[in-house]
Amino acid sequence: MPWHSAAEFLAMGGYAGYVWGSVGACALAMTLEPWLLHRRRRRVLRELRRLRAAAPVQTSVSRRITARRRQTA
Amino acid sequence: MKPLHAFRYAAPANFYPLAGRLQPVFAALALGLAIAGLGLGFGVAPTDAQQGEGYRIIFVHVPASWMAMFLYCVMAFWAAVGLAFRIRLAAMTASAIAPTGALFALLSLFTGALWGKPMWGTWWVWDARLTSTLVLLFLYLGFIALKAAIDDPRRADKAGAIVAIVGVVNVPIIYFSVRWWNTLHQGATIAFTKSASIAPTMLWAMLLMALAFWMYAIAVVLARLRVILLERESHTEWVKHALA
Repeated sequence: MPWHSAAEFLAMGGYAGYVWGSVGACALAMTLEPWLLHRRRRRVLRELRRLRAAAPVQTSVSRRITARRRQTA
Repeated sequence: MKPLHAFRYAAPANFYPLAGRLQPVFAALALGLAIAGLGLGFGVAPTDAQQGEGYRIIFVHVPASWMAMFLYCVMAFWAAVGLAFRIRLAAMTASAIAPTGALFALLSLFTGALWGKPMWGTWWVWDARLTSTLVLLFLYLGFIALKAAIDDPRRADKAGAIVAIVGVVNVPIIYFSVRWWNTLHQGATIAFTKSASIAPTMLWAMLLMALAFWMYAIAVVLARLRVILLERESHTEWVKHALA
C-alpha cells in the first residue's frame, strides 16, 4: 500500500486535481452514457407502443388467435 | 436447406433477444474488472520514480486511448461488412459503436490534457500523437453527422461505411506517431517487440482497466444496437412481438 493516510491518498502527491479530474471524467462519462441510452430506449418503446395502440396492426399470430376464437365460439 | 448457424444471429429478430441476454453479463464484467483495476492501480501500484503520483492517470488514459483506436477499427470492419454483403445488422452495429468510440476519443484527449499540464507544462501541443487523436474524434463525429444527415437509412449506411473505411488509415498513424515523429508524448508503455517499461503491478492495473473499458464498450454498444434495431425495424413483426 503506497499510502499512509486517507488525506495522503486524496492529495495524490500534489496531483489531486489532475488524477481525480481524469478518473472523475471517465466515471461521469461512463455513468451518463448508459443512463442516456436507458432513457432513449424507454422513449422509443413508449413511442412504438403508442403508435401500435393508435393503429393496431394484425400480425400473423394475432390473426390466427382471432380465427381460432371464432371457430370455438 | 438449413442456414449456417453463425448467420442465425445476423437476423435482427434473433439478435435482439441474444443481445439483451448478453448485455448485463458484459456490464457486470466491466464493473468487476474496473473495481479490481482501480483497487490494484490506486491501492497497490507503487509511486513512479519520475512522475510521482501523477502517473496514475495512466490507468484511465491508456485504456480510453486504446478503446478509441480499437473501436474505430471494429466500426470500420462492420461498416465494410455491411457495405460488401448488405447485412443491415452489420451497418447498424457500426452506427452503435460510433458514439462510444467518440466518447473514448474525447476522454483520451481530456485525460491526456490533464496529464500533459503537470508533466509537460501545457494542456495541449499540436504534435503528431495529439493531433491525430483529435482527427480520430472528428472522424467519429463526421461519421455520426453524415449518417444523421441522410434520411434514407440504406444510403446513410453506404455513405457512412465509406467514411469509416477511409478513416482507418488514421489509426496506424496515431499508434506509430510516437516513433515516426519527434513528439512530446512518451513512447509506448507496452510494445510487442520489447518487455513493458513499467512495474508489473502498474502493468496489471492498466490491463485490468483496459479490459474493463472493453467490456463496458461491448455492453453499451449492445444496448445501443438494441435501441437502433427497435427504431429501424419498427415496421416488422418481431418488433411488434417484442413490444408485447
